[in-house]
Amino acid sequence: MEKAMNQNYLNSHTSAKWTKGFMSWFMSTDHKRIGVMYAVAMFSFFFAAVCLGFVMKLQKMYPASSGWEIIPPEWYGSFFTLHAIVMIFLFIVPGAPAILGNFFLPLQIGAKDVAFPRVNLLSFWLYLFGAIMAVVGVLLGGADTGWTFTPPYSVTTKTISIFGVTFDSVSWMLTAAFILGWGTILTGINFIVTIHRMRAKGMDYFKMPLFTWSIYATSWLQVLATPVVGITLLMIVIERIMPVGFFDPSKGGDPILFQHLFWIYSHPAVYIMILPSMGLVSEIIPTNSQKPIFGYKSIAIASVSIAAVGYLLWAHHMFTTGMSDFAAVLFSFLTFFVAIPTAIKVFNWTATLYKGSITLTPAMLFALAFIFNFSIGGLTGMFLGSLSTDIHLHDTDFVVAHFHYTMFGGAAFGLIGGIFHYFPKMFGKMYSMLWAKIGFVFMFVGFNALYFPMLWLGYYGMPRRYHTYPDIPIFNKLQMASTVGSWVLVTGVIIVLAVWIYALIKGKRTTEQNPWNSSTLEWQTATPPTLFNFEEDVEITRDPYNYEAFHAEVAAGKAVGGKRD
Amino acid sequence: MTDQAHAVEHHHDEEGTRLGFWLFLYTELFLFGAFFLVYAVYRSAHLEDFKLAAESLNTTIGTVNTVILLTSSLTVVLSLDALKSGAVKLAKGLLLATILLGLAFLVIKGFEWSAKFEHHLFLQTASGIAAGEGSPLLTPGAEMLPNGQVLFFGLYFIMTGTHALHIIIGAVWLGLVYFWISKGSIHPGNVGVLERSGLYWHLVDVIWIFLFPLYYLVH
Repeated sequence: MEKAMNQNYLNSHTSAKWTKGFMSWFMSTDHKRIGVMYAVAMFSFFFAAVCLGFVMKLQKMYPASSGWEIIPPEWYGSFFTLHAIVMIFLFIVPGAPAILGNFFLPLQIGAKDVAFPRVNLLSFWLYLFGAIMAVVGVLLGGADTGWTFTPPYSVTTKTISIFGVTFDSVSWMLTAAFILGWGTILTGINFIVTIHRMRAKGMDYFKMPLFTWSIYATSWLQVLATPVVGITLLMIVIERIMPVGFFDPSKGGDPILFQHLFWIYSHPAVYIMILPSMGLVSEIIPTNSQKPIFGYKSIAIASVSIAAVGYLLWAHHMFTTGMSDFAAVLFSFLTFFVAIPTAIKVFNWTATLYKGSITLTPAMLFALAFIFNFSIGGLTGMFLGSLSTDIHLHDTDFVVAHFHYTMFGGAAFGLIGGIFHYFPKMFGKMYSMLWAKIGFVFMFVGFNALYFPMLWLGYYGMPRRYHTYPDIPIFNKLQMASTVGSWVLVTGVIIVLAVWIYALIKGKRTTEQNPWNSSTLEWQTATPPTLFNFEEDVEITRDPYNYEAFHAEVAAGKAVGGKRD
Repeated sequence: MTDQAHAVEHHHDEEGTRLGFWLFLYTELFLFGAFFLVYAVYRSAHLEDFKLAAESLNTTIGTVNTVILLTSSLTVVLSLDALKSGAVKLAKGLLLATILLGLAFLVIKGFEWSAKFEHHLFLQTASGIAAGEGSPLLTPGAEMLPNGQVLFFGLYFIMTGTHALHIIIGAVWLGLVYFWISKGSIHPGNVGVLERSGLYWHLVDVIWIFLFPLYYLVH
């Protein structure tokens, strides 16, 4: 058995000093270890925020007139703020790039590490520091501003006094978000340079796997957009602690200006969230269909154009602020325009399935669910991008359901699918396929049971961020359905996390290099990968999804295939 | 379980590092860009107040500081040139000159700031939420200023303050480079770090070149 313990990244180290236990991870500049650390941290935060969501849904089970109260109204404000801050800043924005991007970007392009390994570790430390700050801020009083920190409320909302000491938890949370932002920026710079400078011999831009393309587009958005929101959040801090009113109309400021500055980042941020998951889906689907992805170039270019157009349509979050009609029409048009590259991707994925040899692995199930959920999320986004319907739907549960369909049903489902896809490669352990599929069914059914009724609720006028609702039969029924859905969803999330943890501890050890018989480069490394990924320098001669050539290579013994062949 | 650390050849990619650094400089520009945007919006909204407030800034001091900073940009690039051609002593001297000029800029800026405080042209830091009227934490003079001027000085202090913070970071970095040159880890064959610290210093300079006319010259 000792012999099975080959040299790999889990038992060799980048530093001679730190070779044991916790520090061998915490001080490691190995991109794979950093990716795993991100995974542990992020899924812990994810689960904590899921629990908050669970309580909020429980609160909505019955209307207030029935005497039902799980949490008081002021708590509800803190709960949804915390839920959003954790989910957005600690999980879904950095999520897929930090976990799977870190781990697989160098593997996919045949590099030994990222361009700046030490900066990569610094990014992780910044993430951890910001995350701990945010959690401390919450424990010491929390914020009730919503994750958008919109003034004037975010400027005037009270500080909290603990043991006689005034604690400005809103400023604290803003600073945490600022620090997290710098972690993201550094990761973005790192990935851009890695892709530009470290591709293996023969890997042209149009021979890169699509996950790498999506990370590339994401990284540019991170670099382009994050500094603006960083400084904007700091301006709120300054406004809170000094008597100058940047965004306070009574002091000559303009609160709408804040919204512009905020959404200049935060709209591109939704593409930062979704693009990497789209990349993962573009990996999972050809692998599990055993055929080339349909329209490789158009998917790659769509990633970049989503990033480019996505940068220019932030004000569609602000149609109700009274901005000029001309601007509103322009932003509405651009919102519809960004649907084009997005739809191209959806059609390409679907076309890839056609006449494919489809295997429904857990990863594939999540990828297919991604397409389903994301289509609903994208199409409801069109409702909100239309000027007239947006007036009716703005700030209702419809919006909440819409972005959960894109962010959770899309981005998070894609990430979870990606982890199922790459799990054996990352850890050299196999999970229970049966339980993974059971977890999927619970998550998929629960997710739709939770959020589909919310589309209705919003359409009927249920405002978002409200603690309760009037005793109206249609509201009661839909809220009850939504709450029951949340129970199923949480069960699914717990099963999925348990499948992973169980597999890590007791899962069947595997050294199989290419369990899904995938044609891309990352599967040609050892399982788990060695410290520097590739024993020899790699040379690329074919397109990443050319399955015909790949099968020929496997037959000739030049590449490692999977047992399914 | 042998550590492969010694086998790690982090082959150094100078061009890649430069690309990454330029991207970083770009994010710095965007960070200030947001400030400039806010300045532009409020200048057009409170034009008269901005003109009046700008007159209270001392153009002479601003000009002196501009000259100092531009000179420091020259010395840092000369230092790089000297090191490349092997004149290590000269390079160190020029680097020291850059740092001293940076410090001179900060000292003058400090005097300028404290004069502003004495003339009640700014808001004082109040703990917690912005202090209301009559608060003992607020200088009486500050409350008398019209909104537009308070915004002007608020932006002035925050933008020049953020800029000064960058000068401090740049000066510390140049100080480290000076130390590394003395130690020999930066030498004529390895000038990358000096080059990047110089680029950073130029960036700080460029930002000042925009701050100076916007606050001191346009009335």
